[in-house]
Amino acid sequence: MTNSNAKTSRYGQTLLAGLWRENPVFRLLLGMCPTLAVTAAVKPALTMGCCVIFVLLCSNIIVSLMRNLLKPHLRILMFTLTIATFVTIADLFLKAFVPRMSEMLGPYVPLIIVNCIIICRAEACASKNPMLVSVIDALSMGVGFTVTLCFLAGIRELLSTGKIFEAQLMPDAFVPWAAMSMPVGAFITLGLMLGLVNIVAGKKA
Amino acid sequence: MDTLSILLMGFISIVVVNNLVFTKFLGICPYLGVSGRIDMAFGMGLAVTFVVTLSGTLTWLIDHLLLIGTSLEVTRYICFILVIAGAVQLVEMYLRKFFPSLYESFGIFLPLITTNCAILGLCLLISLEGINSLLEAVVLSFGAGIGFTMAICIMAGIRENLDLADVPDCLKGAPITLITAGLLAMAFMGFAGMIR
Repeated sequence: MTNSNAKTSRYGQTLLAGLWRENPVFRLLLGMCPTLAVTAAVKPALTMGCCVIFVLLCSNIIVSLMRNLLKPHLRILMFTLTIATFVTIADLFLKAFVPRMSEMLGPYVPLIIVNCIIICRAEACASKNPMLVSVIDALSMGVGFTVTLCFLAGIRELLSTGKIFEAQLMPDAFVPWAAMSMPVGAFITLGLMLGLVNIVAGKKA
Repeated sequence: MDTLSILLMGFISIVVVNNLVFTKFLGICPYLGVSGRIDMAFGMGLAVTFVVTLSGTLTWLIDHLLLIGTSLEVTRYICFILVIAGAVQLVEMYLRKFFPSLYESFGIFLPLITTNCAILGLCLLISLEGINSLLEAVVLSFGAGIGFTMAICIMAGIRENLDLADVPDCLKGAPITLITAGLLAMAFMGFAGMIR
Protein backbone atom coordinates (compact mmCIF):
# COMPACT_ATOMS: atom_id res chain seq x y z
CA MET A 1 0.00 0.00 0.00
CA THR A 2 2.65 2.50 1.07
CA ASN A 3 4.71 1.42 -1.90
CA SER A 4 1.93 2.24 -4.35
CA ASN A 5 1.29 5.52 -2.54
CA ALA A 6 4.92 6.50 -2.86
CA LYS A 7 4.77 5.62 -6.53
CA THR A 8 1.64 7.69 -7.12
CA SER A 9 3.10 10.70 -5.34
CA ARG A 10 6.25 10.37 -7.44
CA TYR A 11 4.16 10.42 -10.60
CA GLY A 12 2.24 13.42 -9.28
CA GLN A 13 5.47 15.25 -8.53
CA THR A 14 6.83 14.57 -12.02
CA LEU A 15 3.55 15.80 -13.44
CA LEU A 16 3.62 19.06 -11.53
CA ALA A 17 7.35 19.71 -11.94
CA GLY A 18 7.05 20.93 -15.52
CA LEU A 19 4.36 23.45 -14.70
CA TRP A 20 6.25 25.50 -12.14
CA ARG A 21 9.22 24.07 -10.22
CA GLU A 22 11.09 23.00 -13.35
CA ASN A 23 9.20 25.03 -15.93
CA PRO A 24 11.35 24.65 -19.05
CA VAL A 25 11.26 28.28 -20.12
CA PHE A 26 11.15 30.25 -16.88
CA ARG A 27 13.27 28.08 -14.58
CA LEU A 28 15.54 26.02 -16.83
CA LEU A 29 15.94 28.61 -19.64
CA LEU A 30 15.51 25.94 -22.33
CA GLY A 31 13.95 26.32 -25.75
CA MET A 32 14.41 30.06 -25.94
CA CYS A 33 14.48 30.36 -29.73
CA PRO A 34 10.91 29.21 -30.43
CA THR A 35 9.75 31.00 -27.31
CA LEU A 36 10.92 34.28 -28.74
CA ALA A 37 10.05 33.59 -32.37
CA VAL A 38 6.48 32.30 -32.36
CA THR A 39 4.97 34.32 -29.53
CA ALA A 40 3.86 37.31 -31.60
CA ALA A 41 0.30 35.90 -31.50
CA VAL A 42 -1.50 33.17 -29.56
CA LYS A 43 -2.50 30.92 -32.48
CA PRO A 44 1.00 30.10 -33.79
CA ALA A 45 2.17 29.73 -30.20
CA LEU A 46 -0.53 27.16 -29.52
CA THR A 47 0.29 25.24 -32.73
CA MET A 48 3.96 25.25 -31.83
CA GLY A 49 3.16 24.02 -28.32
CA CYS A 50 1.11 21.12 -29.68
CA CYS A 51 3.90 20.11 -32.07
CA VAL A 52 6.41 20.16 -29.22
CA ILE A 53 4.11 18.03 -27.02
CA PHE A 54 3.74 15.47 -29.83
CA VAL A 55 7.46 15.27 -30.58
CA LEU A 56 8.42 15.21 -26.91
CA LEU A 57 5.96 12.42 -26.13
CA CYS A 58 7.00 10.21 -29.06
CA SER A 59 10.73 10.71 -28.63
CA ASN A 60 10.54 10.12 -24.87
CA ILE A 61 8.71 6.84 -25.46
CA ILE A 62 11.22 5.63 -28.06
CA VAL A 63 14.28 6.75 -26.09
CA SER A 64 12.93 5.15 -22.94
CA LEU A 65 12.34 1.87 -24.79
CA MET A 66 15.86 1.76 -26.21
CA ARG A 67 17.62 3.13 -23.14
CA ASN A 68 19.41 -0.17 -22.41
CA LEU A 69 20.81 -0.44 -25.92
CA LEU A 70 22.40 3.02 -26.04
CA LYS A 71 26.15 3.43 -26.16
CA PRO A 72 27.32 6.55 -24.30
CA HIS A 73 29.22 8.19 -27.16
CA LEU A 74 26.46 7.62 -29.72
CA ARG A 75 23.71 8.70 -27.34
CA ILE A 76 23.19 12.27 -28.49
CA LEU A 77 23.26 11.25 -32.15
CA MET A 78 20.56 8.63 -31.57
CA PHE A 79 18.42 11.17 -29.69
CA THR A 80 18.73 13.69 -32.50
CA LEU A 81 17.86 11.15 -35.19
CA THR A 82 14.79 9.97 -33.27
CA ILE A 83 13.66 13.55 -32.76
CA ALA A 84 14.30 14.47 -36.41
CA THR A 85 12.07 11.60 -37.55
CA PHE A 86 9.14 12.74 -35.44
CA VAL A 87 9.63 16.38 -36.38
CA THR A 88 9.44 15.37 -40.05
CA ILE A 89 6.11 13.65 -39.31
CA ALA A 90 4.76 16.73 -37.50
CA ASP A 91 5.97 19.05 -40.27
CA LEU A 92 4.35 16.98 -43.04
CA PHE A 93 1.13 16.80 -41.01
CA LEU A 94 1.01 20.60 -40.64
CA LYS A 95 1.80 21.12 -44.32
CA ALA A 96 -1.05 18.79 -45.32
CA PHE A 97 -3.79 19.93 -42.98
CA VAL A 98 -3.05 23.54 -41.97
CA PRO A 99 -0.87 24.87 -44.81
CA ARG A 100 -1.36 28.52 -43.81
CA MET A 101 -0.13 27.93 -40.28
CA SER A 102 2.78 25.88 -41.62
CA GLU A 103 3.78 28.79 -43.86
CA MET A 104 3.53 31.22 -40.95
CA LEU A 105 5.74 29.13 -38.68
CA GLY A 106 8.22 28.63 -41.54
CA PRO A 107 11.57 27.22 -40.43
CA TYR A 108 10.58 27.11 -36.77
CA VAL A 109 8.78 23.76 -37.07
CA PRO A 110 11.85 21.87 -38.35
CA LEU A 111 13.86 23.80 -35.76
CA ILE A 112 12.08 21.77 -33.06
CA ILE A 113 14.83 19.21 -33.82
CA VAL A 114 17.36 21.41 -32.09
CA ASN A 115 15.00 22.56 -29.34
CA CYS A 116 17.00 21.99 -26.15
CA ILE A 117 13.93 20.95 -24.14
CA ILE A 118 13.49 17.72 -26.05
CA ILE A 119 17.14 16.65 -25.94
CA CYS A 120 17.32 17.67 -22.28
CA ARG A 121 14.30 15.51 -21.36
CA ALA A 122 15.63 12.57 -23.39
CA GLU A 123 18.96 12.82 -21.62
CA ALA A 124 17.78 13.70 -18.10
CA CYS A 125 14.65 11.58 -17.87
CA ALA A 126 13.83 9.16 -20.67
CA SER A 127 17.27 7.55 -20.92
CA LYS A 128 17.17 6.63 -17.22
CA ASN A 129 13.52 5.87 -16.46
CA PRO A 130 10.91 3.31 -17.54
CA MET A 131 8.29 4.27 -20.07
CA LEU A 132 5.44 5.40 -17.79
CA VAL A 133 7.55 7.99 -15.94
CA SER A 134 8.95 9.25 -19.26
CA VAL A 135 5.45 9.67 -20.68
CA ILE A 136 4.28 11.61 -17.63
CA ASP A 137 7.43 13.73 -17.73
CA ALA A 138 6.94 14.48 -21.43
CA LEU A 139 3.33 15.52 -20.87
CA SER A 140 4.22 17.72 -17.92
CA MET A 141 7.14 19.44 -19.67
CA GLY A 142 5.20 19.82 -22.91
CA VAL A 143 2.16 21.32 -21.23
CA GLY A 144 4.37 23.61 -19.12
CA PHE A 145 6.07 24.81 -22.30
CA THR A 146 2.79 25.34 -24.15
CA VAL A 147 1.18 27.24 -21.27
CA THR A 148 4.22 29.50 -20.96
CA LEU A 149 4.27 30.12 -24.70
CA CYS A 150 0.57 31.02 -24.79
CA PHE A 151 0.94 33.26 -21.75
CA LEU A 152 3.77 35.25 -23.37
CA ALA A 153 1.97 35.32 -26.72
CA GLY A 154 -1.20 36.56 -24.99
CA ILE A 155 0.64 39.50 -23.44
CA ARG A 156 2.36 40.40 -26.70
CA GLU A 157 -0.74 40.05 -28.88
CA LEU A 158 -2.86 42.05 -26.47
CA LEU A 159 -0.39 44.93 -26.31
CA SER A 160 0.50 44.95 -30.02
CA THR A 161 -3.03 44.70 -31.47
CA GLY A 162 -5.48 45.00 -28.56
CA LYS A 163 -7.01 41.67 -29.56
CA ILE A 164 -6.67 37.99 -28.67
CA PHE A 165 -8.08 35.41 -31.13
CA GLU A 166 -9.72 38.29 -33.09
CA ALA A 167 -11.71 39.32 -30.00
CA GLN A 168 -11.30 42.99 -29.11
CA LEU A 169 -10.31 43.16 -25.44
CA MET A 170 -8.82 46.63 -25.07
CA PRO A 171 -10.96 49.80 -25.05
CA ASP A 172 -11.05 51.84 -28.26
CA ALA A 173 -8.83 54.53 -26.81
CA PHE A 174 -5.95 52.03 -26.53
CA VAL A 175 -3.11 52.78 -28.92
CA PRO A 176 -1.48 49.52 -30.11
CA TRP A 177 2.22 49.17 -29.31
CA ALA A 178 3.60 48.06 -32.67
CA ALA A 179 7.00 47.32 -31.15
CA MET A 180 5.57 44.43 -29.12
CA SER A 181 5.10 42.30 -32.23
CA MET A 182 8.71 42.92 -33.32
CA PRO A 183 11.88 41.25 -32.01
CA VAL A 184 12.30 44.07 -29.46
CA GLY A 185 9.01 43.19 -27.78
CA ALA A 186 9.92 39.50 -27.67
CA PHE A 187 13.23 40.02 -25.90
CA ILE A 188 12.02 42.62 -23.43
CA THR A 189 8.75 40.83 -22.51
CA LEU A 190 10.62 37.59 -21.82
CA GLY A 191 13.30 39.44 -19.83
CA LEU A 192 10.74 41.17 -17.62
CA MET A 193 8.74 37.93 -17.19
CA LEU A 194 11.89 36.15 -16.00
CA GLY A 195 12.48 38.96 -13.52
CA LEU A 196 8.92 38.62 -12.23
CA VAL A 197 9.27 34.84 -11.89
CA ASN A 198 12.50 35.37 -9.96
CA ILE A 199 10.69 37.69 -7.51
CA VAL A 200 7.83 35.20 -6.97
CA ALA A 201 10.20 32.25 -6.59
CA GLY A 202 12.42 34.23 -4.21
CA LYS A 203 9.45 35.03 -1.95
CA LYS A 204 8.41 31.37 -1.79
CA ALA A 205 11.88 30.12 -0.86
CA MET B 1 30.01 42.45 -61.93
CA ASP B 2 26.34 41.60 -61.57
CA THR B 3 26.98 38.34 -59.71
CA LEU B 4 29.51 40.12 -57.54
CA SER B 5 27.05 42.78 -56.46
CA ILE B 6 24.37 40.17 -55.73
CA LEU B 7 26.85 38.28 -53.56
CA LEU B 8 27.92 41.45 -51.76
CA MET B 9 24.32 42.47 -51.12
CA GLY B 10 23.48 38.99 -49.83
CA PHE B 11 26.47 39.11 -47.50
CA ILE B 12 25.65 42.52 -46.03
CA SER B 13 22.00 41.56 -45.77
CA ILE B 14 22.64 38.44 -43.70
CA VAL B 15 25.27 40.14 -41.50
CA VAL B 16 23.40 43.28 -40.47
CA VAL B 17 19.92 43.58 -41.97
CA ASN B 18 18.67 40.04 -41.35
CA ASN B 19 21.05 39.21 -38.51
CA LEU B 20 20.15 35.72 -37.30
CA VAL B 21 20.27 36.55 -33.61
CA PHE B 22 18.39 39.85 -33.62
CA THR B 23 15.73 39.33 -36.27
CA LYS B 24 15.27 35.54 -36.52
CA PHE B 25 15.92 34.64 -32.84
CA LEU B 26 18.30 31.86 -33.85
CA GLY B 27 21.16 30.79 -31.61
CA ILE B 28 19.86 32.33 -28.42
CA CYS B 29 21.07 29.51 -26.14
CA PRO B 30 24.84 29.90 -26.67
CA TYR B 31 24.17 33.61 -26.96
CA LEU B 32 23.00 33.66 -23.34
CA GLY B 33 25.45 31.01 -22.17
CA VAL B 34 28.84 32.00 -23.59
CA SER B 35 28.56 35.78 -23.88
CA GLY B 36 30.11 36.35 -20.42
CA ARG B 37 33.68 36.99 -21.53
CA ILE B 38 34.78 38.57 -24.77
CA ASP B 39 37.63 36.16 -25.65
CA MET B 40 35.39 33.13 -25.20
CA ALA B 41 32.63 34.80 -27.15
CA PHE B 42 35.03 35.43 -30.03
CA GLY B 43 36.29 31.83 -30.01
CA MET B 44 32.73 30.55 -29.96
CA GLY B 45 31.83 32.87 -32.84
CA LEU B 46 34.72 31.56 -34.92
CA ALA B 47 33.81 27.93 -34.20
CA VAL B 48 30.20 28.61 -35.20
CA THR B 49 31.34 30.46 -38.34
CA PHE B 50 33.43 27.49 -39.39
CA VAL B 51 30.69 24.94 -38.72
CA VAL B 52 28.00 27.04 -40.37
CA THR B 53 30.05 27.64 -43.54
CA LEU B 54 30.92 23.96 -43.83
CA SER B 55 27.44 22.65 -43.12
CA GLY B 56 25.68 25.32 -45.19
CA THR B 57 27.77 24.34 -48.22
CA LEU B 58 27.46 20.61 -47.67
CA THR B 59 23.71 20.67 -47.06
CA TRP B 60 23.19 22.73 -50.24
CA LEU B 61 25.19 20.16 -52.21
CA ILE B 62 23.34 17.21 -50.66
CA ASP B 63 19.99 18.89 -51.11
CA HIS B 64 20.52 19.69 -54.78
CA LEU B 65 22.58 16.74 -55.96
CA LEU B 66 21.00 13.92 -53.97
CA LEU B 67 17.63 14.72 -52.43
CA ILE B 68 15.83 16.78 -55.08
CA GLY B 69 16.96 14.51 -57.90
CA THR B 70 15.70 11.36 -56.23
CA SER B 71 12.60 12.88 -54.55
CA LEU B 72 13.88 11.94 -51.11
CA GLU B 73 13.05 15.37 -49.71
CA VAL B 74 11.26 13.70 -46.80
CA THR B 75 14.60 12.80 -45.30
CA ARG B 76 15.91 16.36 -45.61
CA TYR B 77 15.89 17.22 -41.89
CA ILE B 78 17.57 13.96 -40.92
CA CYS B 79 20.34 14.49 -43.51
CA PHE B 80 20.89 18.09 -42.41
CA ILE B 81 21.25 17.21 -38.75
CA LEU B 82 23.69 14.41 -39.56
CA VAL B 83 25.89 16.74 -41.60
CA ILE B 84 25.90 19.31 -38.80
CA ALA B 85 26.73 16.72 -36.14
CA GLY B 86 29.62 15.51 -38.28
CA ALA B 87 30.98 19.02 -38.81
CA VAL B 88 30.83 19.75 -35.07
CA GLN B 89 32.68 16.50 -34.34
CA LEU B 90 35.42 17.66 -36.71
CA VAL B 91 35.78 21.03 -34.97
CA GLU B 92 35.82 19.32 -31.58
CA MET B 93 38.64 16.97 -32.56
CA TYR B 94 40.64 19.80 -34.13
CA LEU B 95 40.32 22.03 -31.07
CA ARG B 96 41.20 19.23 -28.64
CA LYS B 97 44.37 18.52 -30.57
CA PHE B 98 45.59 22.05 -31.30
CA PHE B 99 43.97 24.40 -28.75
CA PRO B 100 43.47 22.32 -25.58
CA SER B 101 43.00 25.37 -23.33
CA LEU B 102 40.23 26.78 -25.50
CA TYR B 103 38.71 23.30 -25.65
CA GLU B 104 38.67 23.12 -21.84
CA SER B 105 37.05 26.52 -21.39
CA PHE B 106 34.19 25.76 -23.83
CA GLY B 107 33.24 22.61 -21.93
CA ILE B 108 29.70 21.50 -22.67
CA PHE B 109 29.02 24.34 -25.09
CA LEU B 110 31.19 22.84 -27.84
CA PRO B 111 29.13 19.68 -28.52
CA LEU B 112 26.06 21.86 -28.03
CA ILE B 113 26.92 23.71 -31.27
CA THR B 114 25.18 20.73 -32.89
CA THR B 115 21.94 21.90 -31.35
CA ASN B 116 22.63 25.56 -32.11
CA CYS B 117 19.51 26.69 -33.92
CA ALA B 118 21.53 29.22 -35.94
CA ILE B 119 23.20 26.47 -37.95
CA LEU B 120 20.21 24.28 -38.75
CA GLY B 121 18.14 27.45 -39.16
CA LEU B 122 20.49 28.79 -41.82
CA CYS B 123 20.55 25.49 -43.74
CA LEU B 124 16.74 25.50 -43.69
CA LEU B 125 16.56 29.14 -44.77
CA ILE B 126 18.83 28.42 -47.73
CA SER B 127 16.61 25.53 -48.81
CA LEU B 128 13.36 27.44 -48.13
CA GLU B 129 14.38 30.49 -50.11
CA GLY B 130 15.43 28.34 -53.03
CA ILE B 131 18.99 29.60 -53.39
CA ASN B 132 20.13 28.25 -56.74
CA SER B 133 23.86 28.80 -56.93
CA LEU B 134 26.46 27.15 -54.78
CA LEU B 135 28.49 30.35 -54.53
CA GLU B 136 25.53 32.24 -53.10
CA ALA B 137 24.92 29.50 -50.54
CA VAL B 138 28.56 29.62 -49.41
CA VAL B 139 28.55 33.41 -49.09
CA LEU B 140 25.26 33.38 -47.18
CA SER B 141 26.44 30.77 -44.70
CA PHE B 142 29.75 32.55 -44.14
CA GLY B 143 27.89 35.83 -43.64
CA ALA B 144 25.56 34.21 -41.13
CA GLY B 145 28.56 33.04 -39.12
CA ILE B 146 30.11 36.52 -39.19
CA GLY B 147 26.79 38.02 -38.13
CA PHE B 148 26.57 35.63 -35.19
CA THR B 149 30.16 36.39 -34.16
CA MET B 150 29.45 40.11 -34.29
CA ALA B 151 26.27 39.79 -32.23
CA ILE B 152 27.87 37.63 -29.56
CA CYS B 153 30.96 39.88 -29.30
CA ILE B 154 28.87 43.06 -28.94
CA MET B 155 26.88 41.32 -26.22
CA ALA B 156 30.00 40.08 -24.40
CA GLY B 157 31.44 43.60 -24.42
CA ILE B 158 28.26 44.98 -22.90
CA ARG B 159 28.02 42.20 -20.33
CA GLU B 160 31.57 42.73 -19.10
CA ASN B 161 30.56 46.28 -18.19
CA LEU B 162 27.16 45.17 -16.92
CA ASP B 163 28.90 43.25 -14.12
CA LEU B 164 29.90 46.60 -12.61
CA ALA B 165 26.44 48.11 -12.92
CA ASP B 166 23.84 48.11 -10.17
CA VAL B 167 21.17 45.78 -11.56
CA PRO B 168 18.07 44.94 -9.43
CA ASP B 169 18.47 41.51 -7.81
CA CYS B 170 15.58 39.87 -9.63
CA LEU B 171 16.92 40.89 -13.06
CA LYS B 172 20.49 39.64 -12.54
CA GLY B 173 21.79 37.14 -15.09
CA ALA B 174 19.57 36.01 -17.94
CA PRO B 175 16.73 38.59 -17.61
CA ILE B 176 18.97 41.66 -17.97
CA THR B 177 20.83 39.95 -20.84
CA LEU B 178 17.53 39.45 -22.66
CA ILE B 179 16.51 43.06 -22.10
CA THR B 180 19.89 44.25 -23.37
CA ALA B 181 19.45 42.00 -26.42
CA GLY B 182 16.05 43.62 -26.94
CA LEU B 183 17.59 47.08 -26.98
CA LEU B 184 20.29 45.86 -29.39
CA ALA B 185 17.57 44.37 -31.62
CA MET B 186 15.90 47.78 -31.64
CA ALA B 187 19.17 49.35 -32.80
CA PHE B 188 19.51 46.74 -35.54
CA MET B 189 15.95 47.50 -36.66
CA GLY B 190 17.44 50.72 -38.02
CA PHE B 191 19.03 48.66 -40.80
CA ALA B 192 15.71 47.14 -41.84
CA GLY B 193 14.68 47.96 -45.39
CA MET B 194 18.20 49.08 -46.30
CA ILE B 195 18.53 46.10 -48.68
CA ARG B 196 15.68 44.08 -50.01
